Amino acid sequence: MKTIIEVTDLTKKYRKSEALRGINLALEPGRIYGLLGRNGAGKTTLMSILTAQGFASSGEVRVFGEHPYENERVLNRICFIRESQKYPDSFTAEHAFKSASLFFANWSQELADRLVTDFQLPLRRNIKKLSRGQLSAVGVIIGLASRAELTFFDEPYLGLDAVARQLFYDRLVEDYSRHPRTVVLSSHLIDEVANLLEHVIVIDQGRIIMDDDAETIRGSAFTVVGSAEKVRTFLGSREVVHTDNFASLASVTALGTLNESETREAAELGLELAPVSLQQLIVRKTMSGSPATPEAADRTLSEAAR
Amino acid sequence: MLIEDGRPIFQQIAERIESDIIDGTLAEESQVPSTNEFAAFYRINPATAAKGVNRLVDDGILYKQRGIGMFVSTGARTVLIQRRREQFFDQYVQPLAREARKLGIEPDELADMIRQGEHALQAGAQ
Repeated sequence: MKTIIEVTDLTKKYRKSEALRGINLALEPGRIYGLLGRNGAGKTTLMSILTAQGFASSGEVRVFGEHPYENERVLNRICFIRESQKYPDSFTAEHAFKSASLFFANWSQELADRLVTDFQLPLRRNIKKLSRGQLSAVGVIIGLASRAELTFFDEPYLGLDAVARQLFYDRLVEDYSRHPRTVVLSSHLIDEVANLLEHVIVIDQGRIIMDDDAETIRGSAFTVVGSAEKVRTFLGSREVVHTDNFASLASVTALGTLNESETREAAELGLELAPVSLQQLIVRKTMSGSPATPEAADRTLSEAAR
Repeated sequence: MLIEDGRPIFQQIAERIESDIIDGTLAEESQVPSTNEFAAFYRINPATAAKGVNRLVDDGILYKQRGIGMFVSTGARTVLIQRRREQFFDQYVQPLAREARKLGIEPDELADMIRQGEHALQAGAQ
């Protein structure tokens, strides 16, 4: 299938640290991607490079098949909503939308107007005087109404309350259904966005540790709780990602799926099985004690998916 | 939250539509909501919703009418009920028997309880 973004062996070094270490990615058009990971994992650095707002130290980046740097043909089709977007001092929200409407070919004023009402955004107040949440709303509205072929949302919800965030997710699903495009959504509120994603990319310490369809990842791990000894017997040689002990009990998260006879066996041993959410799985994998190399992480996950 | 963790969402969507057909919420030959409507309602990715619906189309439970939408096939309800009956033993009876044994409830006692439960249902329905 045709790719919209291709990244080969990308690294980004700052004076003392490596922000990205050998990233390889291929993104297909018409999907919602989740770019997930802890703060400082390299998500923003990666998106900055993809949108030509930052330079790579080495490696190749192709967006719409071309180099993004100073390339209008590429940049006109991209919308990047940053966590802390800066606007000119004299701007109001109305000015910001006006500029966006001139820049983005697919801009929908109708959608923008509707979102302004939804978010109850004051249009004529100076942007500097908006609250943190209102400022985030400006970004979310531009990101959605631009209907850019490729849209990046980098933690777009700072200061938005739960209701406003839900509004953002609902409008995203709704508008994306009618106007399919590629969306890359970076977030650490993983539980909130998990169901919206078609594909999940997880970065940890500058490396990709997961790159898989969301549906494949769902159910690729489980937690088993019960007497430590029976849990051990039941799990056999399965890959364990996390263990909690409590008195003689153990709660162990392991990779893989269980078939019917294994589920029955667990019940007969008196063991309890619990599903593992995407957020729990990512927390387990990005905490200390996760596999030391990204290769190992990839291997275990793709094995789990099988 | 309507969607459970740990199981593919497309599977859960397919099961929900199946349940709606079994209990008559979706009658045979009636129109099924579009995948975009499912996506908006369950707040899930539209491609995932489409995958769940398409599985039922492949199964012959739903059929597509080009340009109009999707409909429940005639005979779908009978097929689904048969399928669910086959799963009933594993899904419900075995765990029930296991828990009963753990509590020392004898099979006869268990059977009585099931009859009582059935009476209660009938009383409630009247």
